[in-house]
Amino acid sequence: MNVPIFSEQIASGKTPELLFWVGCAGSFDQRAQKITRAFASILNKLEIDYAILGKEEMCTGDPARRAGNEFMFQMMAYQNIQVLNGYGIKKIVTACPHCFNTLKNEYPELGGTYEVIHHASYLQQLIDEGRIKMKEGGDFSGRKITYHDSCYLGRANDIYEAPRKVLEALDAALVEMKRCKSNGLCCGAGGAQMFKEEEKGTTRINIDRTLEALDTGASVIASACPFCNTMMTDGVKNSNKEEEVQVLDIAELVAASMENE
Amino acid sequence: MKFGAKDVFDLSWKSLLDAYSCTECGRCSTACPANQTGKLLSPRKIMMDTRDRLEAVGKNIKANGEFKDDGKNLLSHITVEELRACTTCNACVEECPVSISPLDIILEMRRALIMEDSNAPQEWNGMFSNIENNFAPWKFSPEDRADWVKG
Ligand code: SF4
Ligand code: SF4
Repeated sequence: MNVPIFSEQIASGKTPELLFWVGCAGSFDQRAQKITRAFASILNKLEIDYAILGKEEMCTGDPARRAGNEFMFQMMAYQNIQVLNGYGIKKIVTACPHCFNTLKNEYPELGGTYEVIHHASYLQQLIDEGRIKMKEGGDFSGRKITYHDSCYLGRANDIYEAPRKVLEALDAALVEMKRCKSNGLCCGAGGAQMFKEEEKGTTRINIDRTLEALDTGASVIASACPFCNTMMTDGVKNSNKEEEVQVLDIAELVAASMENE
Repeated sequence: MKFGAKDVFDLSWKSLLDAYSCTECGRCSTACPANQTGKLLSPRKIMMDTRDRLEAVGKNIKANGEFKDDGKNLLSHITVEELRACTTCNACVEECPVSISPLDIILEMRRALIMEDSNAPQEWNGMFSNIENNFAPWKFSPEDRADWVKG
């Protein structure tokens, strides 16, 4: 697909309005790459004036910081801020709640201040403005969908309604898990757990959480975080439900239901 | 320069006050994903351990006029396994009726483990070196960062 790169845009005299921050999962994880492509396809269809950093993007440092490696976090933050400030970037959208939280809340004190928006809020805005139009009777209309809250989108940034509004726009039947919104249970990946074995316990967190999602009877578990997506997908496999239940990002749901051509 | 917290002296005033104001109601641990799946971590215990250590330090100062090294610190109460189990999900903070943050203490202690003692699980060391060399927590070449557009 055709995705504009910031440096090339600048070289040809253009300054894109919006930076799409892809993140490490969105760039390299095979499953998350599909989410990235879905979101980019929406931006392309709406002819949004955006670009990605491409090879100039680096890890925000979030997993290092949560693990306790403050030095490495600062190192990554300074390098990224240099690039972002160098291009005079004002507005950033990202599909990763961890990148979102770091860019929005942790970069300002290191000299990087931008308007940062998560794709859940961004998609909601585009729907509200009437720019994204959904197909009548789309693939997910009438389907039971449950939404798994990401900790770094929900509790850390109080974004609970935007992803739900996006799902409502699909005309889907939203069913809530017992523990949802501010009481939502973590998928188990945060705090750099994604990058190590879980500590000893009676069960794995993602298995517990997925069972709760399956209990709702939903045929789609919607997420708005590539790490939650991985954890819930593994949980669904663990329950041998991958034939009946899909784990999909809200960007994938929207991309599949848009009528805009 | 010292990073993170090995003992109560290194914690913020807010964390110390938190330790004294905890009512031990346990709501944090009921909301904690690690605790609820049988991990050793209990945010309630983090607060109780911090208070126990604070009280021991207080007695020590009273008896000696100043703090005399007793060969102990917060890690004598809180194990590395407990600290490693936290997903930083913030549920304990959200749930506490008196706005205590067990997570602040956990993160400060994790910082000391890594920055002062280089005490990390192998996988985390791998993740750190990937970030340092490939600018991503996985072993992929930074040259391929935009290859998703080809899919
Ligand atoms: S919820 Fe708050 S007051 Fe209750 S045990 Fe946990 S930290 Fe203490
Ligand atoms: S932040 Fe850590 S201690 Fe607090 S509830 Fe989440 S996993 Fe448990």
